[in-house]
Amino acid sequence: MTLTGASVISTVDQICSNYPAKESSLIEILHDISAEFRYLPADALRRVSENLGVPISRIYGVATFYKGFSLKPRGKKLIRVCEGTACHVRGADRNIDEIERLLGIHPGETSSDLEYTLEVVSCVGACAMAPVVVVNDKYYRNASPSDMRRIAGMGGDADEDKDEGGDE
Amino acid sequence: MRLETVKDLEKRRKQAIKNKESVPNTILVCGGTGCLASGSAAVADEFSKQLKKHGIDTKVQLQVKRTGCHGFCERGPIVTFVPSGILYQKVKPAHVEEIVEKTVKNGEIVKKLVYRDPSTKQYVEQYSEIPFYKHQTRIALRNTGQMDPTSIDDYLARGGFKGLAKALDMKPEAVLDEIEKSGLRGRGGGGFPTARKWRSAINAPGEKKYVICNGDGGAPGALMDRSIMEGDPFDVLEGMIIGAWAIGSDEGYIYVRQEYPLAVVHLRKAIETLREVGLLGRNILGSGLNFDITIARGGGAFVCGESSALMMSVAGKVGEPRAKYIHSTERGLYDLPTVLNNVETWVNVPVIIENGGERFAQCGTEKSKGTKVFALIGRVNNTGLVEVPMGVTLRDLIFNIGGGIQRNREFKAVQTGGPSGGCIPKELLDLPVDFDRLTEQGSMMGSGGMIVMDERTCMVDVARYFLNFLMEESCGKCVPCREGLRQLKGLYDRIVEGYGTMEDLKKIEWLAEDVRIASLCALGKSAPNPVLSTIRFFRDEYEEHINLKRCRAGVCKALTKLVIKDNCIACGKCIKVCATDAITGEKKKVHVLDQGKCIVCGSCVEICPVDAVQVEPASKAVEVPS
Repeated sequence: MTLTGASVISTVDQICSNYPAKESSLIEILHDISAEFRYLPADALRRVSENLGVPISRIYGVATFYKGFSLKPRGKKLIRVCEGTACHVRGADRNIDEIERLLGIHPGETSSDLEYTLEVVSCVGACAMAPVVVVNDKYYRNASPSDMRRIAGMGGDADEDKDEGGDE
Repeated sequence: MRLETVKDLEKRRKQAIKNKESVPNTILVCGGTGCLASGSAAVADEFSKQLKKHGIDTKVQLQVKRTGCHGFCERGPIVTFVPSGILYQKVKPAHVEEIVEKTVKNGEIVKKLVYRDPSTKQYVEQYSEIPFYKHQTRIALRNTGQMDPTSIDDYLARGGFKGLAKALDMKPEAVLDEIEKSGLRGRGGGGFPTARKWRSAINAPGEKKYVICNGDGGAPGALMDRSIMEGDPFDVLEGMIIGAWAIGSDEGYIYVRQEYPLAVVHLRKAIETLREVGLLGRNILGSGLNFDITIARGGGAFVCGESSALMMSVAGKVGEPRAKYIHSTERGLYDLPTVLNNVETWVNVPVIIENGGERFAQCGTEKSKGTKVFALIGRVNNTGLVEVPMGVTLRDLIFNIGGGIQRNREFKAVQTGGPSGGCIPKELLDLPVDFDRLTEQGSMMGSGGMIVMDERTCMVDVARYFLNFLMEESCGKCVPCREGLRQLKGLYDRIVEGYGTMEDLKKIEWLAEDVRIASLCALGKSAPNPVLSTIRFFRDEYEEHINLKRCRAGVCKALTKLVIKDNCIACGKCIKVCATDAITGEKKKVHVLDQGKCIVCGSCVEICPVDAVQVEPASKAVEVPS
């Protein structure tokens, strides 16, 4: 399901009006479009090209260079597994393997029902809580493979307090 | 109200201090990312609710503030009391009522929330007495965790903008002299002297000059920039305004990683506030300085931490670096002279101006002055952000502040400098940490990530991890980096899969050297550091992987199998954590691990209280593919 048509155009015009119409606004605009549609629809990029006077080829270059953007629709739940160094040495790999197994999709892919998108990101800057998994904007700390089902919201109570282990 | 002059500023500061003093007590609830993830927002809400319920007037008696990161993320959510200095850790909403009834109303301590030193078993009530904080010297982190990051009055009450007021009263040249005297070096990685950078931009021809703050912090394991931007945004902006005065700039950018949404929100709010009060805009405090700052969000590319790539990105382009025959101080953003410093460098500037460069230079080592913030993370007990004087030894950092290795395992190495840095082994634990000493050992300061590794970390895997990261993040512009890293990664894959030969190891060494020499930017040039430093200090582990097909840490899956030994106490913990139901067992019977189902994830090794789950080499029939 891709988004097209007049509603996309009007939303894009609205977003562009918040920024000066020059190339330096491009990345900010793409972020806002992404926040609106969860990806960058082709029609939206064409409209940005017209509004800013930047060739579509260059916009395509930017949209594919940066990891924060996707040209394909993304799922309702964006699951980002952090694979920063701290998360890696505390076993982020295992979480990735497990979540791939559970959802049946690989990093960068979206489930066919548009429910989940799985991404592996390099560092979310929450290293003290490694390994970290972020679902939309919620951070899960000290995540282990057996937590993945709960974190993905596939059963168990998603807000259940994890035993952090005491002092003793 | 607009602050037209320094007098107006001081008047507002006086008012802010008065308002602060009119409420004798404050509860600070940490709102850093770490504590938020542990539920600190609900704790803060519960405080407001409970105070109301108990009829405590938040305007007269006690107020609750959400602050930036306290640094001690491991123990979050952190709640501290001002002025009593009590710190409670791991506070849950359910604890709040008890805290209000005991601590707030009667001044009693809730003992179960007090930090207990794991080694001495002593309870430590006072914030400043906890070993994690006791050994720190906080300059860059002076405000984070101590104030509401979105309140300019909180910032003023803590002495904010004193540096700016003083700078604007000085000639730009005199400001530069103070920075020079301080010996400040860039905190983002390279350690380039800040004053020299500024002077070069001043002397460069160009009708317009730019000031940029690098808040990309894209190196995995560098969360200090995030914490400072979230917890003390005014400080970063103040540093930039002083920089603009010194070099004669009227436009600044702050480049923030898109993964840091809270930092963007707080900076945006701070910039709006400064525009309202006239500390950004035209004729700041009547000095004649016109300066404004715009936020540029990154798009998620590690290479954009490199200065020339970052400037391309600010201009809305693909973030590819350029060859730096001409420094960006002379031709940077839009080919005009540009000063780019990292977040931590900028927050040091107001302090240097306020107290003088000489005072700043009293701290640190001969060539590295001041303090450095480190992200102490990985397999260490007290993870979090720590700030110490330059020259502190690794041992002090990891064992005194960090409280040693988790589960009392053996320390193996510490990785500094992010993907561009190297691994330092335990023989060098007494190395004083400064820019030059780390570089001598084939690592670097980087932005200050300090990832502690223990016996359960495989050094071959660590090197491969960084290679994989850099290969993914290589922008692809120059061949040595784009292709060289891919080939290196392929060689590592063979080793961890059990197909490696000593010939491969030789190839890795010379290819790494080529990538270092021939790459265009710092990403490629420093990419071999993790490879070469692990080979230098942990060659035996490579040889084990190659010759014995063994990974002693039990990380490389193809070379590892897990077995449960007879000392199993049948507690059932491993059964619970096993994601593939490979472990079976009942009470009082040694548990059994089904090799067919096991995916060697190692969760059981981590959870086992008696180390009954052991790592053994998988009996791998070695077939070298032709």
